[in-house]
This record gives sequence, C-alpha cells and structure tokens, in this order.
Amino acid sequence: MRILRYILRRLLYVLPVLLGVTILVFFISHAIPGDPAQMIAGPKASRQAVEEIRRSHGLDKPLPIQYLRFVSGLVQGDLGRSIRNHRPVVEDLKDFLPATLELTLAAMILCLGVGIPLGILAAVKRNKLTDHLTRVFSVFGVSTPVFWLGLMLLLLFYRNLGWLPGSGRLDIMVQPPPQFTGMYTLDALLAGQWATFANALWHIILPAFCLSYVYLAIITRIVRSSMIGVLGQDFITTARANGLSEAIIVLKHAFKNSLIPTVTITGLSFGELMGGAILTETIFAWPGMGKYVVDSVNYLDFPGIMGFTLMVSLVYVLVNLTVDVIYAFLNPTIRY
Amino acid sequence: MLDYGKTLLSIRDLSVRFATYQGLARVLEKVCLDIKSGEILGLVGETGCGKSVLARSVLRIIPSPPGKIAAGTISYQGEDLLQISETRMRQVRGNRISMIFQEPMSSLNPVFSVGNQMREVIRLHQQVSKKEATRIALDMLRQVQMPDPAAVLGKFPHELSGGMRQRVMIAMELSCGPDLLLADEPTTALDVTVQGQVLAILRRLAGEKGVSVLFITHDMGVVAQICDRVAVMYAGQMVEVAEVKELFSAPAHPYTRGLISAIPGAEGEKGAEHLYSIPGVVPGLIDPPEGCRYHPRCEKKRAVCTEQTPVMVKLHADHDVACHCCGPSREEGRP
Repeated sequence: MRILRYILRRLLYVLPVLLGVTILVFFISHAIPGDPAQMIAGPKASRQAVEEIRRSHGLDKPLPIQYLRFVSGLVQGDLGRSIRNHRPVVEDLKDFLPATLELTLAAMILCLGVGIPLGILAAVKRNKLTDHLTRVFSVFGVSTPVFWLGLMLLLLFYRNLGWLPGSGRLDIMVQPPPQFTGMYTLDALLAGQWATFANALWHIILPAFCLSYVYLAIITRIVRSSMIGVLGQDFITTARANGLSEAIIVLKHAFKNSLIPTVTITGLSFGELMGGAILTETIFAWPGMGKYVVDSVNYLDFPGIMGFTLMVSLVYVLVNLTVDVIYAFLNPTIRY
Repeated sequence: MLDYGKTLLSIRDLSVRFATYQGLARVLEKVCLDIKSGEILGLVGETGCGKSVLARSVLRIIPSPPGKIAAGTISYQGEDLLQISETRMRQVRGNRISMIFQEPMSSLNPVFSVGNQMREVIRLHQQVSKKEATRIALDMLRQVQMPDPAAVLGKFPHELSGGMRQRVMIAMELSCGPDLLLADEPTTALDVTVQGQVLAILRRLAGEKGVSVLFITHDMGVVAQICDRVAVMYAGQMVEVAEVKELFSAPAHPYTRGLISAIPGAEGEKGAEHLYSIPGVVPGLIDPPEGCRYHPRCEKKRAVCTEQTPVMVKLHADHDVACHCCGPSREEGRP
C-alpha cells in the first residue's frame, strides 16, 4: 500500500521537527530575562540559599548540558518538575491539557460544522441576501477581538438572558465523569451519563463559540470563494450537460474540489485555536492550560512553559500530518 | 427550410440575450436550424458569433444570469425543450442529447477517477448495476480506441493526455446512446495529429451508432473533412445553411465567400502569399447594425440591407441563405 508507506514516511519526518521544536523552545524560554533560582527562593532569600537552589535544580550547569538533561528526560516521558508547585509537569499536563483540547476540538467542530455549510450556501446564493448576511456575519467575526466578544457573550447569554452558564466546565453540583480522556463531554458519553454530558455540553457552548468565531468566519470565506471558483470550472458545465442534479453538482463535484484549500486552513486554524484558547479560558474561567501557562511564565517555571509548548507543538504537528494524509486522499495529483 | 429527411431537432427563431455591464447583448437573434437524423452538421463562424451559446441553449445550460433565452422553440421528439420542466430536461441531458467541450484539460473533474465519472453518468440514465456500468464504460473506451481501457478506468484526468481525455469525453457522452451529440470545438485544443485521430473516431462512432452531431468549429478544413452539411453564423444570426460540397463550391452569402476565400491556399498557388481577409471587424452584439448584421463589411451592400433583416430563403433543395443580394431570383449564387 503506497498510502501506508506515505503515512509512515510522514510520521518519521515528524521526529526531526519535534527535535527542532525542543531546541527552539528550550533556548527561547531561557532567553527570558530573570533568574529562576532567585524566583524559587523568593525575594528575601539569602545569596547562599539561592546558590543552593541553583545547584540542586541543575541551573548552574551550562545551557547545552541543561538541554541534554531536558531531552534525555523527555524521551523517558519525564518533562521535569514544575519549579512553582514541585509537581511533575506531566501530571499537570494530564490535569489541564484535556480541558484545553476539549475546548479546542469543540471550537473546531463549530468552525467546520457551521463554516462549511455557510460557505457553500453563500457560494450557491452568490450576491443574494443569504450571501450578504453571511458576509456581514464573517466580517464581524474576523474583526471582533476575542476578549470583547467573550465579555459581550457573557453579558447577553449569561447575565441578561440567563440561557447559558458563564464559567467552569460543569455545574458545581455535578460530579465529573470517570476519567478516560479527561474531556468531560466525551467521558460522560463513554460512561453513558447523559445528564453530565448535557451539562458539560451546556457549559462548553459559549467558550467554544467565542474561541471559534474568528476561524469560523475565515473558513466560511475560504469555502465560499473556493466554491465560487470551482463552480465556474468547465467540469461543472460538463456535469450539468450530463444531467446531474444541482445538489450532486454542488455537494459532490464542486465540494470535493473546494475541500483542498479548506483542509489547509483547518489544519493551520487548529494550532491557532489551541494558542488562542488561553485568552478564552481566562474569560470563561475554563480550567485548562491557559491559566497554568500564564502562571508558569510569571514564575519563570521553565519545565512548565516547555511542557506546554511541546504539547501544543506536538498536537499542531500531528494535526498537520493528518491534513497531509487527507490531502493525499482528496487530491489525486499529489504524489506520495 | 429543408423538407426532406427526418428532422431530429428543430430550432426556430431562437433569441438569447446576455445582460452585461455595457448593456443587453443580443447574442442570438431569431436563429433557425434543423438537425437531421444521423448527419454531421458543421456550425461555423468567428469567435463570439454565438455558436457555443446556440449549442448550450439546446441543453439549457447557458449561465443564467447573465444569459436568458428570450424567445423561440427547440422541438425534439414532439417536445419543446424550452418549455419542459428542469427535471425532465435533466433526463434529456447526457442521455438523449449530450455535449463535449473544447477544453479536454478542464472538462473532466480532477478529483474523481475516469471510471467513477463514467459510471456516474451511465447509472444516472440507465438502471444498471455498478458492475454493468463498468462493463459499459469499458466497452465505450474500447470503441474510442483507448489503449488499455481497464487501466484508464482507474486513472485520474491529470494522468491522461489531452487526446485521451477527449476520447474519454466522447466515450462518456456516447455511453447512454444519445440521438444527438453537441460537439463544441472538440479538437481545437489538440495537436493536429491527435485532432485527426479524434475526428476519425467521432465520425466512425457517429456513423455506427446513427448519432447526429452538431459539430462546432471555426476550422473550415475540419468541416470539409467530416461534415455532411454546414451552417454558417455571423454575429448571432444564421446566414447560410448548405450541403458541404455545395457550400465550398458555390457559397452564396458574401460572408461565407469571405470565409472560404480566407482559407490558406484556397485561391490556388498564386494567392498563397496574399492571404485574403474580410475587411472590417465583427460588430458588437450590444448595439449590432440594423438590418443584416453583415452589411458594414459587405461588398454587395444595398439600401435594403441596412433596413431589413434578411430571412432564410431556399436557393434550392439543400441550400438556404439569408441575404438580400443573393436570393433565389439571382444568378450569382450558382457557379
């Protein structure tokens, strides 16, 4: 199977990319001015105590040595201990990352589930009212800052209308589902706890929409313009001349072609969404990686910063690997 | 017009308008044309004279907006194709009347395999299993002399050459056994040698299957090679329809004469260095000349030409012309 060989080869390419990521992450985070030993020891610690901490954390060694220790820990699944709370970073990631992933995935589903149909509709109803409304909707999305949108959503749907909850992942009275993935909606489904699932879903709607809006708008625009491009192609005339129905022409013949640029944007958006989640989490008090990372940066908690950055990079690289594989299926002109 | 032979498709007074930023373009003006069973009818004229629009109007696939069929009838098997429902029309398209296009490079969908696209059309119009559809597709590819048809079914358009793609198009469009094939400059984008092959295949298959072909081209050489009759269009109007030998030996309309004179070498060895060209340019279709649209370029222009639109009249059995100056009463139409 050529396609399997292609996937394997692409997986191998991921390794040097990740190695590069570790180098970048390590040296850039050490370029942050400040003395971590001093941070750990506190402002009133004696010079001797600071030096002691520096030695015990290995912070007195040259940077390349520190990097090698970091990487050798990494390959054993050890991201080091947080300087701030002294817990293994891996444990922290297990606690906080699933919430961020869940939010990102929910936002992605919204992006695709709403953006693609809207884009198709706008292309088919080009220059009609539907198209104009879609345009207003997406221009608004692209040009609205997330922090403002988040506050407005809270004001309207939580405070004034009271339709949706304003913070957290579950109501206080609701027990979290048993942990498989750490994503409450998914875990609740797996455990068959429908009430918990509904509650978790209820909580994720506002933050997910807030996070997705920009990319939802971008995807709508991309789908619209690529659909309009494809619908003007000769092979669409051929399809019409062959007697195919308009629905099949649009949803099968045109859509499959317009998916190629859409998938590219989707892959790129995913990374952006994960990074952007930090702001959204702050607004909606979503207990994800966002707060953890901001705290880590403030404390110069290098293991924490690097652990988070590595996870985001890993997800990003894997998503784009998936995109490349989907490409190979979508676009027969790609050689693999 | 022609009263002998069975008429398959009859276009009467077809007028098509296109809304443009400059104004309403009168792209087709009261065009009449009959296509007979089993014949290859050439449709010639300069770029922009409305040949493609005429063919697309038959299938009702002109882009709308901006295009609009304003008036006329297209009768086919007792039905007016311009009046039937869209659903009924879809049963005609690709099934009873099918069409191949100029650009083989872009006429096939790049993301579906050849087999996939052929089977889709076959199963759309015929109640057959997937396996049977594959068999029909294979058979059609063999008939267009495709080397290794089984492999071609699994290939994507970008893996085929222009000539092969056009053969796939011919195979696909003939797979439902249509009565009429509209061929819109199917060989214009191909190399001359490949052009010859494709023409030969098209003519042979049309003959074997008794399919009528409306063959649009601006290449008079191709017309002479494969057509039975020729229709000549100028600026959205039909100017002359004749049997092919008759048209070349005794063109009646001044425009047709100009076209034939413009063929390199047609004037004999002496004329080879001075290629004839018709003076003037094609008029715009938004505000076309009154009367006969050819009159500003015509050598024989008379007063009536600028006032009245000439109607098609019969010169004799197989020759019609729309011209005030070369009607049946005059001698100049005949050699």
